[in-house]
Amino acid sequence: MGADAPAPEAALALVGRVGRRRVVRSVDLVARKAGLCPGTPVAKAQALYPDLTIMDADPQGDRVGLEKLALWFQRRIAPVVAVDPPDGIVLDTTGADHLHGGEQAMLAAMVQRLRRTGVTAKAAVADSLGAAHALARYGRARMLVVPPGEAAAAMADLPIAALRLPDDIVDGLHALGVSRIGPLAGMPRAPLALRFGPDVARRLDQAFGRVAEAIVPIRPVEPVEVGRNFAEPIGAAETIARMIGTLVPPLCQLLEERGQGGRCFDLLLHRVDSRAEAIRITTAQPVRAAGRLVRLLCEKIETIDPGFGIERMVLTVSRAEPMGVRQAMSLLDEADEPDVSGLIDSLANRVGTQALYRFMPVESDIPERSFCRVPALAPDEAKDWPDHWPRPMRLLPRPEPVHAMAELPDQPPVFFIWRGIRRKVRCADGPERVFGEWWKGDAELTTARDYFRVEDTSGERFWIYRAGDGEHGETGSQGWFLHGIFG
Amino acid sequence: MLGALHEVAGGGCDALHAAAAGQFAAGIAGRTRGKVLWIVSRQDVFAPALMQAGLSGRRVIYVEARSDVDVLACFEEGLRHGGLGAVVAEVARLSMTASRRLQLAAETSGALGIALRRWRRPTGAADFGQSTASVTRWRVSVLPSVVLPVPGVGRPRWRLELIRARAGDEAIFEVEACDGQGRLAQNGLVENRLALPAVLADGSDQEAVGRRRARA
Repeated sequence: MGADAPAPEAALALVGRVGRRRVVRSVDLVARKAGLCPGTPVAKAQALYPDLTIMDADPQGDRVGLEKLALWFQRRIAPVVAVDPPDGIVLDTTGADHLHGGEQAMLAAMVQRLRRTGVTAKAAVADSLGAAHALARYGRARMLVVPPGEAAAAMADLPIAALRLPDDIVDGLHALGVSRIGPLAGMPRAPLALRFGPDVARRLDQAFGRVAEAIVPIRPVEPVEVGRNFAEPIGAAETIARMIGTLVPPLCQLLEERGQGGRCFDLLLHRVDSRAEAIRITTAQPVRAAGRLVRLLCEKIETIDPGFGIERMVLTVSRAEPMGVRQAMSLLDEADEPDVSGLIDSLANRVGTQALYRFMPVESDIPERSFCRVPALAPDEAKDWPDHWPRPMRLLPRPEPVHAMAELPDQPPVFFIWRGIRRKVRCADGPERVFGEWWKGDAELTTARDYFRVEDTSGERFWIYRAGDGEHGETGSQGWFLHGIFG
Repeated sequence: MLGALHEVAGGGCDALHAAAAGQFAAGIAGRTRGKVLWIVSRQDVFAPALMQAGLSGRRVIYVEARSDVDVLACFEEGLRHGGLGAVVAEVARLSMTASRRLQLAAETSGALGIALRRWRRPTGAADFGQSTASVTRWRVSVLPSVVLPVPGVGRPRWRLELIRARAGDEAIFEVEACDGQGRLAQNGLVENRLALPAVLADGSDQEAVGRRRARA
């Protein structure tokens, strides 16, 4: 949430709707200590705790965040990872724990890592998904490793809510006086099934590991990537260029199958001394034309140092965007402008994307604010600059103070001295008064500038202004500045 | 003339600012079709002025290169592309080798290249005397504006010196500056036949320039 996030010491409750009632969905530690628990109506919670910060719950956002976290687990801990909404992640760590120094160390590392990013987490390892689910949520310990075969004993004391049963069954069992898993497991199955359906037995069996339960793992989106190993390390620029030529067409093929075009491509060159060199190219529009990519990549070959040789090259699409199939030409629109996006890309890869731009009008009378930079291939806007007054060809980056002699309040200067040269004014146009933009800040409430276009005796024309209206002190310093040079 | 490299420089103080020279180049570039690439090493072009010289802001793509070497490289790449109306680059030094490369690039693609010579200090302008491979070389100097019957600044006037033209004669013109369509005028008459940028943009032959010189 960034700057809008509530302070960590504030009591916070996330609120959702159940039917027409607004109830508390989850609370933070401070609110929990104050006695709030999820399920309380919002009005009651506020009455109990007037300082409560209330925000709307965002289940969709939580889900997305959970999936991102699951992807991270997948990369770091174990390959089979599933999202267990609303607040859990399931990992199948079979065969993966020894890589992290044992189950205890693995859990400790995971919880520690999450705590550093501000996430409070509990973790448990058990034989079955059901047992781990119950122990992680209802167990006392923050981290718990249940040895194989002891899940039933570890779960005996947990409340029956830990079994992932629907609320009405939990309430029904409570009505029968059953509140712990241990006694429930000891009860005869047939009457339970008759009264509550097959769910109770199924969940018990799942928790004790008698029935298999599949984990449906998340699948990360595979990046579009093409790699190639070399039997002999390569180093010559021509060889690298040739290999780029063989890598690009299959990559374009992959992009075409997905209906995508790349905006950002990375070429990684692994050297024999196990270091990597990288070439990155970016394009202004999605591209999957092989010839153009090869040219863009080959232009950057000189920036890499092959060292003792390159043994592996990998070309990846780091950013892809949808790209449809487009009709290249028709007989009717022959007058269309030629496509310059290829040129823009190769220039941008030479000087940087920031250094390639167009100017667009901004509605402002202050010259230095009357334009803005937009990307070179941004769509055209219909508006244009007003054409009332001549504008100078060169606008100085910042106005330069000049010494000038002028009659107040609204005569142009008789002479002025700029960069050490005294210039006598032969004729002048003006003043063109520009007021400060009061909506930008208090400092500009009263300011004004009077612009003059002056020509000196040698014919050179300048754009100079007086800061202020020449009468009132609050409109500016009444000093003279040179702002532009006319052709 | 399309498919060629032209050099334009300012005279006097304008060698540093290239204001008149820039506007002259904008007037020429404005009369072509398609996008215009404007390559600078320090950005102080005021886009509304280009519009007033006949080059709409929508058509100009600016490239801000870090060094003269980068400027020349971008210049050459722009000329090679061939799909642009014109390529204008503000360069200080232009060696024979560099200009020959540019001229060849322009010849192959048929693009119009304008090297806007602009130096950091006044002494640099001596560089303009050295020969390059460009087809024409112009110097634009400001003149006092047209005298008006009322106080004010009239239409700007320039002295255009055609210092060098391949297979052509030198010439000097005194003209009034580009108007909103990029047209120059002589003696207050905006006349298309006298519009000099047309000579450059429309590819008329050098003899026409020579004839005009006789009348100027």
